[in-house]
Amino acid sequence: MSDTDVAATGGIPAGLDAARPDPGDGGPDMIQLLTPEGVRIPNSDYDRYLEDLTPDDLRGLYRDLVLVRRLDAEGWSLQRQGELGLWPSLLGQEAAQVGSGRALKPQDHCFPTYREHGVAWCRGVDPLSPLLMWRGVTNGGWDPAEHNFHLYTIVIGSQALHATGYAMGVTKDGRVGTGDPERDTAVIAYFGDGASSQGDVNEAFVFAASYNAPLVFFCQNNQWAISEPVSRQTRIPLYQRARGFGFPGVRVDGNDVLACLALTRHNLDEARSGNGPLFIEAFTYRMGAHTTADDPTKYRFSAEVERWKHRDPILRYKTWLAREGHADSAYFEQVDKEADEFAAELRQRCVTTPDPGGETMWEHVYSQPHPVMEAEKAAYDDYIASFEEEN
Amino acid sequence: MALEKLTLGKALTAGLRAAMDRDPKVVLIGEDIGKLGGVFRITEGLQKDFGEDRVIDSPLAESGIVGTAVGMALRGYRPVCEIQFDGFVFPAFDQIVSQVAKLHARSAGTVKMPMVIRIPFGGGIGSPEHHSESPEAYFAHTAGLRVVSCSNPEDAYWMIQQAIECDDPVIFCEPKRRYHDRAEFELGGEAPRELFSANVVREGEDVTLLAYGPTIRTCLEAANAAAEEGTAIEVIDLRTLSPLDTETILASARKTGRVVITHEAQSFLGMGSEIAAMLHEELFYDLEAPVVRVGGANIPYPPSRMEEHFLPDLDRILDGVDRALAY
Repeated sequence: MSDTDVAATGGIPAGLDAARPDPGDGGPDMIQLLTPEGVRIPNSDYDRYLEDLTPDDLRGLYRDLVLVRRLDAEGWSLQRQGELGLWPSLLGQEAAQVGSGRALKPQDHCFPTYREHGVAWCRGVDPLSPLLMWRGVTNGGWDPAEHNFHLYTIVIGSQALHATGYAMGVTKDGRVGTGDPERDTAVIAYFGDGASSQGDVNEAFVFAASYNAPLVFFCQNNQWAISEPVSRQTRIPLYQRARGFGFPGVRVDGNDVLACLALTRHNLDEARSGNGPLFIEAFTYRMGAHTTADDPTKYRFSAEVERWKHRDPILRYKTWLAREGHADSAYFEQVDKEADEFAAELRQRCVTTPDPGGETMWEHVYSQPHPVMEAEKAAYDDYIASFEEEN
Repeated sequence: MALEKLTLGKALTAGLRAAMDRDPKVVLIGEDIGKLGGVFRITEGLQKDFGEDRVIDSPLAESGIVGTAVGMALRGYRPVCEIQFDGFVFPAFDQIVSQVAKLHARSAGTVKMPMVIRIPFGGGIGSPEHHSESPEAYFAHTAGLRVVSCSNPEDAYWMIQQAIECDDPVIFCEPKRRYHDRAEFELGGEAPRELFSANVVREGEDVTLLAYGPTIRTCLEAANAAAEEGTAIEVIDLRTLSPLDTETILASARKTGRVVITHEAQSFLGMGSEIAAMLHEELFYDLEAPVVRVGGANIPYPPSRMEEHFLPDLDRILDGVDRALAY
């Protein structure tokens, strides 16, 4: 599109570049089991990973999608009301997170970014936990071993190496390729298109390949790293990067919960069997801003967002569920009602959480005594006590 | 138990071996540490005896070494990372200060990071750039890390084992130009002292000389020379840089009233700065002289043909002692 053409279309504000290459529909290699219109596409490779799903399971995925979107909306609103310092929205990425999150077995371990509220939900992490982190009450604060869900990692891509080392540990523990489905363990590392440029992520690819780590790299390509389009990060589709590191990569429709579930199940099975690492690129879209502090109108066109609205992960799945007779309007209304109650309770728990006292700052810096730090804490206590004496 | 005469390097090997014998969760990871035994041969023979699963030759990526060690620690292992040279730790700096140091706090105490990061540090061996640095203050500045340095074979043997047993991450600075220093000591038995404690290695009444790692030997030589002129220097091997053993430092400073601290690291905002500040805050009326720092020049580490001018040596340390005595 030349500048003249742009002028002719009359729409581009000064200072914005011409349209970036359209992220498009993911191309012919993208695996999709459910079209944006809610039409099921049979797939001889992956349908078997969905065969065991009962109507209850299928409805459960819908419930997950709706509750996760509602959790996200609460986070956004609470920030706008001054109750959270910041909130990174997952809007648009619900299917990628629920599909992959529900593919995990209890013994599998997850390494999230800071946006994986949907995966946290699937793992059973209290949804209040991420809210309290973004409220500034904690820096995470949950026990990763409780739900096999690691702490959120804010520095982009660092967790890919942690996941790799953890997976190397799984191998050392003899939990790979034994054939026992309750014993064999996989690890999943979440990251985004922006993180694919980080050294740590590329080092993780090298280490994971070198040690055959039972690891699935799950990249949610949401097309934008704050203001930078994926074309700034890569010349080739991200899933093709895996080949250069010596392991398989696949692109899945990240807005298709069934495809995300099926492909992640397959890849996790492969990892548990000793065929790791593997790479999944979930092709999706960040419908909202990067965080509550971001303004996407400065760097992308609303037409692009509008196009992706037609690929909404919840709408297509709801359409399919209804058409197949797995759920009816009464069910959908019931889930909406549950979401309202869920949100109200969550909001209440969030806003009534008190700020931690200053004296608790020193509590978990070290696990063993550190006299220099303890002296500082004692001086702080004396300082606080001096006000009480004055009064 | 038998008396053994070992170099500092071989004492570290013996300490690593003892830790690995004792705890199957101890794993080593680093570049060239397997068949080669590391560029300084500290892990020599360990892969042969403990296998490739426990002595892991890593791809050439320091962030990868430390980042995967974090993951192994999360899985219940006690990784010991070898950074080949001090100047190569910086690619791993982000993982160390942003992840290793903070995970215990981030997890509200649910996650422990029992990891040791071994760094051969310091100059004096005629090496090219990036092979002679002293990065310890960066790490001592970082809450969540512990930083220690050994100066002799017996400490090397014990301190590496104690660092591995510690549930917090320990940056373990090895004085590479002292790897071949030899001493006789007993292998096995009980450690002679706690890891996070300083050691008065020579008693004296006139001046306290604080040091750690490679400069301890120089300080002892300086104390011998000063004794001939009638000055009794008390030499303290700090051993632990975070936490500092303030009790031992203060007791000696209170006694002598004069303190000199020396290290190879650049003096600006080095360990000496923190210790001087602490001494002035705690002992203002007990000090007979300002605390004197004798450190590396505040320049990038110079080409090795000039390093003798950069490093604190016996004469510069004695000059520092004279300055403290001039008041």
